[in-house]
Amino acid sequence: MSAAETAADVPLKAQKKRFNRNEVLAALIFVLPFVVVYAVLFIYPTVQMIWLSFHKAPLIGPGEFIGIDNYVKLFKDRLFGVAFWNTVYFVVLTVVPATLTALAIAIGVNRLKGWMQSLILACFFIPYILPVSVVYRVWGWMFDSQFGILQPVIALIAGDNVPVFRTLPLFMPTVAFITVWWTIGFNILLFIAGLRNISPEIYEAAALDGTSKWRQFTRITWPLIWPVTVLVLTIQLIAQFKIFDQVYLFGNGGRSDATMGLVQLIYRSAFQKNNGGYGATVAVVLFLVIVVFSVLQFQMLRARGEK
Amino acid sequence: MSSVATTPAAGEVVGMRPRKRRIIKTLDLIGLLATIVTVLGAIFWAFPLYWAVITTLKVENDIVQPGIELWPRRFSLDAYTHVLFNTKIGTWYINSLVTAVSVTVLVVMMSALAGYAISQLKFPGRRILWWIILASFMIPIPALIVNHFVLISQFKLFNTWLGVILPQLVYGPVTVIIYKQFFDSVPKELREAAKIDNANEFQMFFKLYLPMNWGITTALAIITFIGAWNQFLWPFLAVTDEKMMNVTVGITQVTDAFGVKYARDLGSAILAGLPVAIVYLIFQRKVTEAIMLSAGIKG
Repeated sequence: MSAAETAADVPLKAQKKRFNRNEVLAALIFVLPFVVVYAVLFIYPTVQMIWLSFHKAPLIGPGEFIGIDNYVKLFKDRLFGVAFWNTVYFVVLTVVPATLTALAIAIGVNRLKGWMQSLILACFFIPYILPVSVVYRVWGWMFDSQFGILQPVIALIAGDNVPVFRTLPLFMPTVAFITVWWTIGFNILLFIAGLRNISPEIYEAAALDGTSKWRQFTRITWPLIWPVTVLVLTIQLIAQFKIFDQVYLFGNGGRSDATMGLVQLIYRSAFQKNNGGYGATVAVVLFLVIVVFSVLQFQMLRARGEK
Repeated sequence: MSSVATTPAAGEVVGMRPRKRRIIKTLDLIGLLATIVTVLGAIFWAFPLYWAVITTLKVENDIVQPGIELWPRRFSLDAYTHVLFNTKIGTWYINSLVTAVSVTVLVVMMSALAGYAISQLKFPGRRILWWIILASFMIPIPALIVNHFVLISQFKLFNTWLGVILPQLVYGPVTVIIYKQFFDSVPKELREAAKIDNANEFQMFFKLYLPMNWGITTALAIITFIGAWNQFLWPFLAVTDEKMMNVTVGITQVTDAFGVKYARDLGSAILAGLPVAIVYLIFQRKVTEAIMLSAGIKG
């Protein structure tokens, strides 16, 4: 803290004389709503969460300080292991496929022109803006074990209709596939922006040299799109670690432990079992996992900003 | 991998004209193939939504018939009239609308004000505030559900609009960052000119900076609205009373007592998604612009 202050000291001192009373007053009024909201709804709950994780406490009401017992319990808890690995499994199933598919689609869409491009892009993008409930109902219907339009195909492979969301080995891959379908529009947008930033002159020069399309891709497109790829990967990674909505809904209201993710374990512990302290402990672990990835993303955004 | 690709190209440079022409021809074929694959992909992507909408327009008895009917044999709006008149969807719509609009107005207002101060005014603590805002990227909001719940319980806001709205204001920091970037790029000369005219900071904000960045305000408002309308986890936790539910939560948590009715279930989902779909179709450009800005890419 003190190191940061001394570092900032020099410009601050130089500024000090130029602080204008009216300007400072106006600034305080301007930032007040944001600072109040931020302090009450962001910083306070974060601190409270860490505090609560050292207590044996119900969701609402006072608790007793128990040190790191919750954390010890956490690492022995079989359910935490299930939730953690389910989350990691889900991240693996979604992040890389969603990124690579999005890049392929973006390249395909980027080649098109005019209204055709807008129409095709809209087809890929529209699921992204829909609420999870729509996605849940639409795909629930597609995979419906009796009348789902995909069941004839499934019956062809499996020999009979399969209740996909009740078949454990199929559950996560199917929900991951649906998630990719739902959220890929976001990745496509970022990739298209990245592709458009590549100067057409580079391609023209390559075309004059008679470079093959595949070489154009490996030598020009891929290296130049790499920063966007990393950005998309990290944004996805952070987002998918927070998975709850779809897994909860398709998992039939989260009645099965086998499909549980980390956020769902927070919900289960704090809300359904009324163990606020333990719920907060799981939350702290999720928090730490995401902080690590966020620091990476933040560094990259800064690196991009400085260029 | 790249060394394999190098060999035929190197042969090309030596000069084999006819072969080169043939390569270009195959390339066009590849291009055509790529277009076809892209179009097929788009159809595949849009099909589930098409299929859902078509199903809602069918008569319930036709839906459970074997065989695939891509176009309804008999059209019916029964599913929609049933959902609209026999469920609480009207109330849920109002709940969603009130909470989503409130979140939007509050987030945009407070972010614009804070973004302006950080961008244009000198005050003690400015740098620290900016760093805290940047750092808030790291906090996973779903991890805060337990303590948000404790907070709204303390204020007795459980099952109220305000209880749904307040914790969603934590989506503000990104909006502040985008506003700051845009206010930074307003030419300093305008500010100097306004100063000479004796404009105070409030006039400066409301008459100069905000109108000049009207485009970004609409873009941010639209994306915040879509985000708030689509929220599931928090409204799901903060409300248990059916009358206070948001539409996205209500349609999944309250089920018909008469068993599964495919057209009705899908119809309620279509109705829940319709407002955001319409907003997107009208403001496509704004939506994509705002999404790219929040990812840190200036479009």
